[in-house]
Amino acid sequence: MSEAAIGTVRIRSPLGEFWRRFMRRRVALFAGVAILVLVLAAIFAPWIAPYDATTPDYGNVLSGPSFAHLAGTDVFGRDIFSRIIWGGRVSLTVGFVSVALGCAVGMALGVVSGFAGGFLDSLIMRFCDVLLAFPGILLAIAVVAVLGPGISNVVYAIAVFSMPVFARLVRGSTLALKETVYVQAARSIGVRALPLIVYHILPGTLPGVIVYLSLRIGTSILTAAALSFIGLGAQPPSPEWGAMLSDGRSYLGVADHLTVFPGLAIFVTVLAFNLLGDGLRDALDQKLR
Amino acid sequence: MPLPTSSAPPGKYPSVSIGPAPLLEVRGLSVMFGSGLDSVRAVRALDLDVRSGETVAIVGESGSGKSVTSLSITRLIDHAGGRIVSGRIGFTDRDGHLHDLATETPEAMRRLRGPELAMVFQEPMTSLNPVLRVGEQIAEAVMLHQNVGRDSAMAEAKRMLERVRIPEAARQLTRYPFQLSGGMRQRVMIAIALSCRPRFLIADEPTTALDVTVQAQVLRLMASLQRELGMGLMFITHDMGVVAEIADRVVVMRNGEKVEEGVAERIFDAPEHPYTQTLLAAVPALGSLAAQNLPIPFEVPNAPKPRPQDTVRGAPVLEVRDLVTRFDVRRGLFGRLVGRIHAVEHVSFDLRPGETLAVVGESGCGKSTTGRSIIRLEQPQNGTIHLAGRDVTRLDGTTEKVLHRAVQYVFQDPFASLDPRLTVGFSIAEPIRAHRLLTGAAVEQRVQALLEQVGLSARHAGRYPHELSGGQRQRVCIARALASEPRVIIADEAVAALDVSIRAQVVNLMMDLQARLGVAYLFISHDMAVVERIAHRVAVMYLGQIVEIGPRQAVMGDPHHAYTRRLLQAVPVPDPRRRWREQEVDDTEVPSPLRAIGDLPRLEPLVEVGPDHFVARHRVGGLY
Repeated sequence: MSEAAIGTVRIRSPLGEFWRRFMRRRVALFAGVAILVLVLAAIFAPWIAPYDATTPDYGNVLSGPSFAHLAGTDVFGRDIFSRIIWGGRVSLTVGFVSVALGCAVGMALGVVSGFAGGFLDSLIMRFCDVLLAFPGILLAIAVVAVLGPGISNVVYAIAVFSMPVFARLVRGSTLALKETVYVQAARSIGVRALPLIVYHILPGTLPGVIVYLSLRIGTSILTAAALSFIGLGAQPPSPEWGAMLSDGRSYLGVADHLTVFPGLAIFVTVLAFNLLGDGLRDALDQKLR
Repeated sequence: MPLPTSSAPPGKYPSVSIGPAPLLEVRGLSVMFGSGLDSVRAVRALDLDVRSGETVAIVGESGSGKSVTSLSITRLIDHAGGRIVSGRIGFTDRDGHLHDLATETPEAMRRLRGPELAMVFQEPMTSLNPVLRVGEQIAEAVMLHQNVGRDSAMAEAKRMLERVRIPEAARQLTRYPFQLSGGMRQRVMIAIALSCRPRFLIADEPTTALDVTVQAQVLRLMASLQRELGMGLMFITHDMGVVAEIADRVVVMRNGEKVEEGVAERIFDAPEHPYTQTLLAAVPALGSLAAQNLPIPFEVPNAPKPRPQDTVRGAPVLEVRDLVTRFDVRRGLFGRLVGRIHAVEHVSFDLRPGETLAVVGESGCGKSTTGRSIIRLEQPQNGTIHLAGRDVTRLDGTTEKVLHRAVQYVFQDPFASLDPRLTVGFSIAEPIRAHRLLTGAAVEQRVQALLEQVGLSARHAGRYPHELSGGQRQRVCIARALASEPRVIIADEAVAALDVSIRAQVVNLMMDLQARLGVAYLFISHDMAVVERIAHRVAVMYLGQIVEIGPRQAVMGDPHHAYTRRLLQAVPVPDPRRRWREQEVDDTEVPSPLRAIGDLPRLEPLVEVGPDHFVARHRVGGLY
């Protein structure tokens, strides 16, 4: 559009524009609401869950879905619906914390790499290349194997394999932002490196980071579930979706609800985060405007 | 039908040779953008006629609706988010059929675009496909609308390139857009537009992105092609100088409405509408200060007559000697060094407190690199820089602080040079914080004082750059530059992106600040008319060297170097009676500053030809 035409259109703030575009994407909006429901359910699990997640009830073993037990009971008679709600706490926490950790370290490395350039840049990027060369799950297994099984070590493992993705992403936008006129203008004023990064460069990398954050949370939840499935993550009796799948594996065909419902929980959560990420990317990407 | 709204007595102004009926007849055109509460009327109730063989200039500042009008006529508005809400756009095609372009189907419009209507846009680089050869692009347009094969289309493409006076047309056909200069690219765009022999051509700011000498060539070319082909030409521009050169009739637009219309001579002699009068008053006419050795601010209606700026005081604050900045050009897999761009070659000058030294020249002459090398946005290879007697050539912790505090830079595009995520107040406070000049509430008071100094108010501090107009943004950038109490401000095309009336205001503001604060300006510009207003001294750069430097009156009134004369000649004169349409303009291409390794340009000291007036007498390579 020509300059004059732009001048006649009312100008919105970047945030307002983002919100307007995001609200138009029904699917992403729905995914956002679904995630909100999941998060609230996990926070208020003690009040929402109809039963305790760990107390066994040997009189009610492997019973199918009913009004008393919406998703049936497992081999110890524990209510699966309640365990899924409690398990959301574990899965969502692992997803958020591990990605936040990986993102923080990755952003720091990426911005240093892109800003400093030269030897430091090569060093950090080659380190990231090494990490990226391993399939994510293999790297996570290796980390857990070294640190020992347990949910907190799963968090570290996932953080390690999320980190290089963020480092690359942030390095890329840092390189682009470094050449913008406003960063040059700030340099010409005599702004030192740290304020330059904090005020002018990091905020500019955020749109990309936010998109990746939501996409990576989905992946991380899946990886955490996978690690628990093979017994390296959450340990019994703590309710975790991947561990529940693992427990139900032996009863496939006998009591399918043991695996169907935790699987559904993982599926819905990961899908919701991915759809939200796609929506955020469409709303934040300048090129699609 | 009589010519509308020309109220001048008949016979006084030359009438335009016109056909019987208008080629284009716009009646009551209104265009809206957006929907619901957000909708904006970009053009309202516009009437407009263009006849065959006539050039109608549509003049206005940004947001006046002039481009929207042209987009509506070609109906490209459908793709730009706007819609025609009422009105009629009558267009008579070559078979005599009358079309209403406002309601024509998209398919019918597509068939009209090209053989009947064609457009030339502002930015020739983005209008051409970068991955296709020039010849293929012209041939594509020919094949699309004329039923011919590839070979004859290519032959036609060559003829078109010859027609737009491109030398060695056959060889140029096989080149890519990036291999051509800006002027050549715009000629190719014109060739594409004319390849289907349109009867109506819309040119939307076709020369705005070009250098003055290239602009002169392109304008002359368009005028003569129009006469050869007898087209109707609608020429959209913000530049009154360009209007005077090319227009038969002028339509002045503001906020989507036509405020005045008339024969070009009448508009320039006796503008009726107050807006046309302010627009013309803000146009700097080259030569208006020929009798005055000091700069004088623009006159403002209802204000006392501005006084000459006698502000130069004391010993030089900035001394630059033998500054050299070259850029290596590497090619191939292993980054082999194949040449160097000699952007700045042994440039020397002094700048005194309260003085404005204008650096002029065409794009690629090294004027911006000179400024950027001084504040080390580029790394010079040679030379010394002294700031108030202190050597700041080698930067360590202290000299870097001294340099960045005392020398500030104002960029061409105020929107790009402000961080879009930060408030204006934060941006202005940044230099104060960076140099730890003030702390706490004193910072806010200083920001407020600075905003008031540049004609804004404290409430602007909380705004974001996108909430301000172009002129306000450049004021913010100036306030930011002033925040560290600098001795020198390097203004790199600082007013080039602004509308004429705003440009005059910002130039006046800069001159007022100079009178009050004694700051020195290195005013980098391609606009000779603005330079005449603001500069005490002028340096002309060509291929990285200063070829002429001296007092403004001497350099512009009595130019000694052939390149200075060429620059001055190409400036459009805002007077339709003094067109250089017929007069010869030197239109050879300026050579590239790229040289092979070891091929050093010839350098000799400048020769003094008058008091403080120096000229290069040696051959600077290329043309001179």
